[in-house]
Amino acid sequence: MNTILFQIFGYDVSVEILFSIMIVAAFCIGSLFWIRNTIGRIFVLFLILSAWFSSITTGGENTSGLNLQNVDTMPILTLGPITIGGTVFYSWLVMAVLTILAWMATRNLRSTLKVSGLQTAMEAVVRTIRSQIIDVSGDNPTHYIPIMGTFFLFIGMSNLMTIIPWFRAPTASLSTTAAFSLCVFCAMPIYGIRNAGLKGYLKKYIEPTPIMLPLNILSDFSSTFSLAFRLYGNMLSGAIIASVLMMLAPFLVPLPMQILGLITGTIQAYIFALLAIVYVSSVGPQKPFTDQLNFY
Amino acid sequence: MDAITLIGAMSVLAAGLCIALGGIGPALGEGNAAANALRAMAQQPDESSNITRTLFVAMAMVESTAIYAFVVTVLIMYFNPFWNYAVEMASK
Repeated sequence: MNTILFQIFGYDVSVEILFSIMIVAAFCIGSLFWIRNTIGRIFVLFLILSAWFSSITTGGENTSGLNLQNVDTMPILTLGPITIGGTVFYSWLVMAVLTILAWMATRNLRSTLKVSGLQTAMEAVVRTIRSQIIDVSGDNPTHYIPIMGTFFLFIGMSNLMTIIPWFRAPTASLSTTAAFSLCVFCAMPIYGIRNAGLKGYLKKYIEPTPIMLPLNILSDFSSTFSLAFRLYGNMLSGAIIASVLMMLAPFLVPLPMQILGLITGTIQAYIFALLAIVYVSSVGPQKPFTDQLNFY
Repeated sequence: MDAITLIGAMSVLAAGLCIALGGIGPALGEGNAAANALRAMAQQPDESSNITRTLFVAMAMVESTAIYAFVVTVLIMYFNPFWNYAVEMASK
């Protein structure tokens, strides 16, 4: 399959890259006929093409071996003595995207019938997070939504942005996920003491019997570790599968895995936020919360 | 067999065994959880959103064992400290 057909601009064009370009072009043209909506057409075109490019670029340009460069030490910018690695840079990118989106959505909030599309979308997101927090914790979501909503939005956005070529998800680095799970570890006693008081929180450790005290203490640490390693392992496995497929059958086979990565990335963000809520609200409130605003 | 050959062979074997044995248990467990959740959803469709959410959490818990095995496999395959040490000693 590696027979070189012709050269263009100094690049060797082999049979497989020609085939893969033809199949991706066929996908694009087919989706143009299938979808009768301008925004939908642009979206699907962007999805297919950027997933294709990003599956090629995450797999690495060389198809001879695995390209598993550590995102942490990948130098992006050098500002004098400080070298900014890939993780920090891409985290900033995700933060910038989220901040700009939130700023654009809340720039002119309206409560009339004519609201912008972005405001409606953001309201739907916030409402869904609120209702999920109420369902899981049974507590007032206003206290949980700043930290848990941020976890969900940041992890989800950074996993979804892997569709952009040359973007490496900051969640595929253990330092990012360990930082997140440390935040959850610190939030557990804070929220527990707020909900049940110091005495009620410490009572959690001697339940059901005082014999379980060491195991209860251990379970706090192990849940923190498992939060960090679950997200890291899932994201890393996506990158490794992409590079292995890139080595075996380049240019086309990684494309469906890249699109599957969008689904698993969203599910992982949901699971991280959900488990964080479960851990944080394990010492629940004294009386169950009733949503008087009927917000959702 | 010198040390570097032994370390290389054993690392490959250990990596394969690690992901194989670490994958069996979570796979069985996740299949069991999904089957039971489907049965529960068929019996009471009104509770399906509740069951799905609990299923996600349970699956994530079960899956974490497989993820640990996977992380250890990746460590052995790509960031193997013993292999690096053996290469360092051999180059001296």
